[in-house]
Amino acid sequence: MGTTVTTAKSEGKTWGGGNEPMKASYGKLMMWFFIVSDALTFSGFLAAYGLSRFKFIETWPLPDEVYNHFPFLHGVDAPMYYVALMTFILIFSSVTMVLAVDAGHQLKKGKVAFYMFLTIIGGLIFLGSQAWEWKNFIKGEYGAIETQGGSILQFVDNEGNRVKLEEFAAILAEDRVQDTRDKGVWFSSEGSLPSFSVAEVQAGFKAHPELLIRTEKLYEATEADKANKTLHPTLNTKPKHKSILTREASEDMLAKAHYVVEGANLKRNEYGSRLFADFFFFITGFHGFHVFTGVLINIIVFFNVLLGTYEKRRSYEMVEKVGLYWHFVDLVWVFVFTFFYLV
Amino acid sequence: MSHEHVSNTKRIWFVFGLLSVITVVEVIFGIFKPEALHLNTFLSMNYLNWLFIILTIVKAYYIVWAFMHMEGETASLKNAVVTPLVFLILYLFFILLVEGDYIYEVFTNSTIKWNF
Repeated sequence: MGTTVTTAKSEGKTWGGGNEPMKASYGKLMMWFFIVSDALTFSGFLAAYGLSRFKFIETWPLPDEVYNHFPFLHGVDAPMYYVALMTFILIFSSVTMVLAVDAGHQLKKGKVAFYMFLTIIGGLIFLGSQAWEWKNFIKGEYGAIETQGGSILQFVDNEGNRVKLEEFAAILAEDRVQDTRDKGVWFSSEGSLPSFSVAEVQAGFKAHPELLIRTEKLYEATEADKANKTLHPTLNTKPKHKSILTREASEDMLAKAHYVVEGANLKRNEYGSRLFADFFFFITGFHGFHVFTGVLINIIVFFNVLLGTYEKRRSYEMVEKVGLYWHFVDLVWVFVFTFFYLV
Repeated sequence: MSHEHVSNTKRIWFVFGLLSVITVVEVIFGIFKPEALHLNTFLSMNYLNWLFIILTIVKAYYIVWAFMHMEGETASLKNAVVTPLVFLILYLFFILLVEGDYIYEVFTNSTIKWNF
């Protein structure tokens, strides 16, 4: 007991373990220092994301076009509603955590347990939401074409609305079967094949004269952009939107097609820059891992509260320490939310 | 625990309300993207992004000060945590963002172009 919580007994003994620098207990101080180092880790990730984004500032995907799903609203454009809801869930679980800490100060075991329980539920709901978000991101919606140079081409109709590959791709009699190991001598494995081949998309594009190609590049309405003959004359109106090519330029671009991209993985994604999906998976994944460990630690502390461990100590400081960690996770999410979804 | 705590649930709910309102404001700005803010830049970033970053820092302040109860800690603990973070994060972002912009300039303006 003496090792975890300093009690009044040892106060005043400078070398007896009772001395508390900065008037915070050993555990709390170490939690703060851990948080400082973890905050620097996350800053490093977000700064690296910023570097890549500034590097490809003209071609980076627009977040509100990527994250626009909401449960039960299929096909409705709902930019950021869902992540705002996730933010709200996490802030709310932070509130229940701080209420648990508050109840702990008054040594009210039942209330601490109740608020800890709510915090755990909030954390689990957040994790579930993140899984759903990942599912949408990985599955993708529209599909795209990768050129030989590695840039992404998306398809729009003559009003500038996005068109899915499955809406126009032709079905050609050229079945390419997924190769497996048992069918070859040297072959070991290959990634799953896209639903359409490049030739099918090209044939479908030819058969639909209203289709146009949207490139990754942002239309900035500069003089050079206005003089550019390959850009569609009427569809590119507002600056800071992806440029749409004329039909002729679209056909030229599509001739350079190399690969059909559906959804996202660590290699390529249909949204644009390859790094975009990598950073998305890595940073939200690392944050999600923090939430997951936070939930586990909260569960342990929750059971300790129920068993009366802290009641016997006459101190709920452990709740305060996991509370610090939990609020930190919330704090990181606030920044991830800003830099991934808003900026 | 040496210092006696009074229950401050009222403040907790106030901060919760504030954080929710700021988030809603951010999302509204993010959806409508007012052109006056979105198309004008300051220090190579548009005003809208500056607004988001400032609002985020306000949120961070309230989470650390109210929820993590930093306001109740000693000045030395506050400084030991906040000062290195503020300094190192500003430094890191400054270096990396300037570098990113430089690489972009090289890609677009130098003889070897990012042209495919």
